[in-house]
This record gives sequence, C-alpha cells and structure tokens, in this order.
Amino acid sequence: MSEQITIAGKSYCSRLLVGTGKYKDFTETRAAIDASGAQIVTVAIRRTNIGQTAGEPSLLEYLPPEEFTYLPNTAGCYSADDAVRTLRLARELLDGHKLVKLEVLGDPRTLYPNVIETIAAAKVLVKDGFDVMVYTSDDPIIAKQLEDIGCCAVMPLASLIGSGMGILNPWNLQIIIENAKIPVLVDAGVGSAADAAIAMELGCAGVLMNTAIAAARDPIMMAGAMKKAIEAGRESYLAGRMPKKLYSASPSSPTEGLIA
Amino acid sequence: MNILINGNVKVFNVVDLTIAGLVAELDLVGKRLAIEKNGEIVPRSHFADVFLQEGDKLEIVGAVGGG
Repeated sequence: MSEQITIAGKSYCSRLLVGTGKYKDFTETRAAIDASGAQIVTVAIRRTNIGQTAGEPSLLEYLPPEEFTYLPNTAGCYSADDAVRTLRLARELLDGHKLVKLEVLGDPRTLYPNVIETIAAAKVLVKDGFDVMVYTSDDPIIAKQLEDIGCCAVMPLASLIGSGMGILNPWNLQIIIENAKIPVLVDAGVGSAADAAIAMELGCAGVLMNTAIAAARDPIMMAGAMKKAIEAGRESYLAGRMPKKLYSASPSSPTEGLIA
Repeated sequence: MNILINGNVKVFNVVDLTIAGLVAELDLVGKRLAIEKNGEIVPRSHFADVFLQEGDKLEIVGAVGGG
C-alpha cells in the first residue's frame, strides 16, 4: 500500500505501531515486529540493572534504532513530573530523539489514564520541543484540548490497556476523528485482527498495540494477521462502505431471462 | 565514597571519580544509557568532566521492552 501516514513531519508506510513488551525473548520480539511490518516501536525507560549487565543482550541489539523509529513511553508514570522526567532521559538516551509517547496513568488496577496530569505533561513537553503522541481516554473534549496544546497525534484507548476487550465506544472515537486535524490512533484494548480492522474502518490513522500480539498463542502469526487487518481496514475506509439498509429491492442477479 | 545508584548505595574507593570513571567501574562501557545526577541529566558528552561527590544520587536508565 503506497498511501502513507505522516506523524510529526515524517511519513511511514505502516499504520501499525507496536510495543516491544511481554515477549518470550528478544528473538520472538524481533520476529513478531518483522511480521507486523511496523516501523514505529514503543520502548520503556527503566533503571539499568547494575552489576548484572555485562554481556547481557539488550533490546537495542535486536531492534537497532537505525532500522526502527523508537517511541519511548512513560508507562508506569502516575504524575506529569515523572512523565516529563522520563522523556527527558529518553531524549538523552536516544541522542536527542523528539518523538515520544506520553501516557500518565491514574489507577494501577485499571491503568486508566489521568487526563489532568496528561494535559499538564503535554504542555511542558510540547514547549520543550518534543513531538508528543499522547495516550488518553476516549473523551472528545480532552482529545481536542491535547491537539490544541500541540500534540502531534492523539491516541485514545479502545478499551483498557492489556484488556483485549476491543473497541467499546466506536461513537466517541468517531467524534474524536471527525474533530481532529492531527492523526488519531487507537492505543490499547485491541484484542484481535477484527478489532484492528474496525478501528481503521472508523477512520483511525493507525493503531498501536502490544498485548494483542505478544499474548496471542502464536504471536508471530498474529503480528501478520494484524498487519493485514490494518491494511484491509484502511482500504475499506478509503473505498467507502455500501450504505446499510434493512433489505434491498434490487437483487444482484438479473431479473430477466429466468427459465419458465 | 558512597553514591546512591538506582536506589542502592554503592561504595567506591576511587579519588576524583567522574561519571565516565563510574561507568567503567560498573562495567557499563559501550551500553546505551542516560544518567541523571541529583535530578539533572548529565549529557553523555560531559561524562568525563563531571566529578562525583559523597552522597550523590544517580539514576542510570536504558531502553527496555514496553508497550
């Protein structure tokens, strides 16, 4: 598919963004990401394991930053300050890299986003020169505010992180997409290829997922399924679906020439 | 000299220890990492110029798998 998605001025062929967590090992991580065709991959920023790191393989060796666009996240942050601090460290870690995923959580049980802290962090990060892709609830007003602050993409949840519950409020997503002038990506909650296709048919610019692939029985096969679903959903959206009607008075086969 | 690294106290018997020296002591040379000293990021280009003092707090972070 030649039609590309542009995020913060850079174009990508793949509309599927993937996380790199929860895989069996780095070999499986790499194989799944290759099968997904994703060009943007999320990473977390964590304390280096002091004293046990010599010779230990690192994610970066399996996913070289020259081959992929890294999207460092703020997973696990519960305040704007922690999120900003984490992404400043990420920028230093990745040689001035500006594209980041902001998420500020509000509750450890559900991982539901805290939109008040998210907005506070977004303001600081945008001012500081970051290109902010922001994870948020599916509230259209908050999504618009995050766009107005200057985020480069808004990423509402389909359902809770890691839940695999699919798209629970397509109507809100549709309002967010209609209102937005920046790419809207569904982030979190996708469970199956069907969910990913529905997100794209709604008009999402892309989908970000991790668990739906990593927790599948066969992650690599699921990664391929997701790639196809994203492409199919996008083409279906662009092609424009037929209108729904209760029944049709015009059959697909000719009404003439029936045998007597 | 006691330095708090990622929440744990480490003792170093080295005089004039720089961040670069510490990275070597910890066997982290060549690893991609970012370091914060007492809440301020120390750019990689300054590792050799920044000296550590008793009680400094360091955060040493890297990229790991995540969603």
